[in-house]
Amino acid sequence: MKVIYTDVLVIGGGLAGLRMGIGAKRRGHDVTILSLVPPKRSHSAAAQGGMQASLANVIKGQGDTEDIHFEDTVRGSDWGADQKVVRMFVNTAPKAVRELAAWGVPWSRVREGDRTVIINGQPVTITERSEAHGLVAQRDFGGTKKWRTCYVSDGTGHAMLQTMSDQAIGAKIPVHERTEAIALIHDAGRCYGAIVRNLVTGELVAYVAKATAIATGGAGRLYRVTTNAVICEGMGSAIALDTGIATLGNMEAVQFHPTGIFPAGILVTEGCRGDGGLLKDVDGHRFMPDYEPEKKELASRDVVSRRMEEHILKGKGAKSRFGDHIWLDITLLGEKHIKHNLREVYEICHHFLGVDPTKEWIPVRPAQHYTMGGVRTNYRGESPTLKGLFAAGEAACWDMHGFNRLGGNSVAETVVAGMIVGEYIADFCDRLDNEVDIPTKLVHEFLRREQAKLDALTDGRGTEDASAIKASMQDLMTAKVGIFRRGEDLEAAVEELQHLLKRSRNIGLKERSRGANPELVTAYRVQKMLKVALCIAYGALTRTESRGAHYRQDFPRRNDADWLKRTLATWPRETETLPALTYEGLDVAGMELPPGWRGYGAKDYVDHPDTPKRAADVESLKQRMAGAPRFAIQQALMPYETMLPERFRGRNERIDERMDEPVETAK
Amino acid sequence: MNDVTATQALAPISVTALRNGSGARRTLTLSVLRYNPQEPSSRPRMQPYTVEEADGMTLFIALNEIREKQDPSLQFDFVCRAGICGSCAMVVNGRPTLACRTLTKNLGPNITLAPLPFFDLIGDLSVDTGKWMRGMSERLEGWLHMKNPDPDLRRMEEKMDPDLADKIYELDRCIECGCCVAACGTARMREDFVGAVGLNRVARFHLDPRDTRTDDDYYDVIGDDDGVFGCMSLLACHDVCPKSLPLATQIAFMRRKMVKIGWK
Repeated sequence: MKVIYTDVLVIGGGLAGLRMGIGAKRRGHDVTILSLVPPKRSHSAAAQGGMQASLANVIKGQGDTEDIHFEDTVRGSDWGADQKVVRMFVNTAPKAVRELAAWGVPWSRVREGDRTVIINGQPVTITERSEAHGLVAQRDFGGTKKWRTCYVSDGTGHAMLQTMSDQAIGAKIPVHERTEAIALIHDAGRCYGAIVRNLVTGELVAYVAKATAIATGGAGRLYRVTTNAVICEGMGSAIALDTGIATLGNMEAVQFHPTGIFPAGILVTEGCRGDGGLLKDVDGHRFMPDYEPEKKELASRDVVSRRMEEHILKGKGAKSRFGDHIWLDITLLGEKHIKHNLREVYEICHHFLGVDPTKEWIPVRPAQHYTMGGVRTNYRGESPTLKGLFAAGEAACWDMHGFNRLGGNSVAETVVAGMIVGEYIADFCDRLDNEVDIPTKLVHEFLRREQAKLDALTDGRGTEDASAIKASMQDLMTAKVGIFRRGEDLEAAVEELQHLLKRSRNIGLKERSRGANPELVTAYRVQKMLKVALCIAYGALTRTESRGAHYRQDFPRRNDADWLKRTLATWPRETETLPALTYEGLDVAGMELPPGWRGYGAKDYVDHPDTPKRAADVESLKQRMAGAPRFAIQQALMPYETMLPERFRGRNERIDERMDEPVETAK
Repeated sequence: MNDVTATQALAPISVTALRNGSGARRTLTLSVLRYNPQEPSSRPRMQPYTVEEADGMTLFIALNEIREKQDPSLQFDFVCRAGICGSCAMVVNGRPTLACRTLTKNLGPNITLAPLPFFDLIGDLSVDTGKWMRGMSERLEGWLHMKNPDPDLRRMEEKMDPDLADKIYELDRCIECGCCVAACGTARMREDFVGAVGLNRVARFHLDPRDTRTDDDYYDVIGDDDGVFGCMSLLACHDVCPKSLPLATQIAFMRRKMVKIGWK
């Protein structure tokens, strides 16, 4: 039996995993990172558009603060988010951009003077301040009141991941590439590491750790049409679910991005619309203002995606032999802007569509894009039910996105959560009573059990085809658990997914060669993916309301009275075919921003009984404190600062909010 | 979209095809260099597969279809399938390139696929670029050497000239796919050569005022025949780079800088 010991085992080498690892390493702990692929190939690299942080450097971001970022994020979440976590996030996001600026990210910078931008389809001249020249620039994104999205051309995720990965190499953190955690080692409510398969040799190895952190990204590949990379199969959520103890939060909250190129689903960034691109129908008509007069193309993603599908259902989609689609027109932005600020978009259109987006429109249709749900954690990033298990980034339900994530808040979350959770992991490892004290016999037992499962696939007499089951699952999820959901479809989906799960227990392999064996990989993964798919479909069936990206045609209203709560899924026994669902209520009386209308989308919702009182309390407190500093009002409404690790506390300096007195260094 | 198969719907297609549909389909033959070093009985061989071409078919689509329907043992690497992660570089008809964004319609009906040379072979079309890139990065200390590793994060960021930031990003666009090294004549002869990818990394940090290193420091890591003086200026790296990085210019620039140090 091969066992590797480490203080911190990070599963996933994208932005969140790397940042957690760097944080724990800086605090003196031994860190090992597992990654399916070389870390710079992680899906973080695909984030094109940018990262939200209220730096307020550009003129259209002037006046932006954490307060406005907070409100935008909570409204975007359709009040499903944990507001204290959102506060932790918005206060740390500027620090994250500044940290990365110091670490090497070549953020696009503000250029003083006049420039022409496209706003609402029209060229407008804006003038950047000279004192902002050379500071990190921001662009416009959906669902935001200010221009807040910091960016590196349109390769933001790529550039961030380059820098983060470089710094991890500089910190001498070992990354075990081409390895996959296939089970967590746990006993009596405590996680002790993972059983890991080497994807080159096929060998199983046990990694024993004080703290185990899941940062495996999303689960887009449960769907047929997705913007996600092929490695985004929800394995982190799946192995957490397999413990029977850790919970997954809000798995039914799945985001569809408005502009996947049609029909391949490859993403073109929200920056296309943020920079002034328009959505047009079969007649070349710009239809979004008809539906969303306030935010138009720049309402939140769930709203824009639904409006596009709604418009297609009215027969207004452009026709093709693959079905109907919408056009994205960015020609009005001009060749220079497209080839410079939207170069990835230009390349993708050129290589995959044969379209020149400086002259032609881009065929788009919403595609699965983001998994709001994930391993449920507390604000420290730790599972409330399985001690020693942490999660961050898209794999986690921390929960700052609720039922819809804003564009630019995902890469921001990876780094911010990586910073915060990395510190809490280090705190955890500092405590003597968190030393590992499990018998190697237990480790061996887990290893033996996982080997037996794989052997059953390679040596057994199963007859089912793994690829075929996977394809059926993906078709089912796209057809029945997509943008528009209905009770009868969801019932059918849950039924059929259960059937597929049973069939997956009878997979037989054609290929028994040693080493990588890609067919074996598909087989053991699809068994796990089906459980995650069932958490999504069953959660969606049970939630009889519409909230954020979860839209039920048979229950179109948001219903705070019954559903202002987070879905928690567990898988108590291996032999089951359905998860167990429980719910945790959100505390309206503690909310800084009581539930209301989002400012776009449907205006119709059912109030929570506590909402009117809380809204009145918040209003009267704001009146009583009128004229007080915004920090004091915030503190009185919903204190959160002590929830942040000490080194990340404190205000954020801006051009219009100078820190005049010398500040001692935060340590 | 219910009337098309999953494979068709996943395939990127041209707008012309979107509007008009398309004519007769070709049958493609993909000859793949097969070898599994993990399997003692395995011997290197060319194996042909035939697939029906679909509209907008890429090598990503074709290879996945082969693996799903014909040969589940076939090894290859794709991650983003959108030309941005660098996983899928392979030798297509003799030329290193990204397979995911290679449209079959731009190739003849007989396509030859081989793994990138130079890197450790994992199996079939899969090679270990990650291990080599990490080793290269460790040797060159390919990370920003910060003036102050622990800045006060509450303070405003340091300013940078907007044009300079753009120039740094231009070099930061490298996706470490390995095409440049696979096409390199020097790498064929010197296994420790850092390649255009390595020299471009150094040029990127050299350009960055946030990095504390001097030309002397860079000379220590690339001032020899495994570094910038090993380059024979054949410039295949420049020709095959999928991101069109200005590799020829950067190597020439670094060589001039390093010669100055060497003469001192």
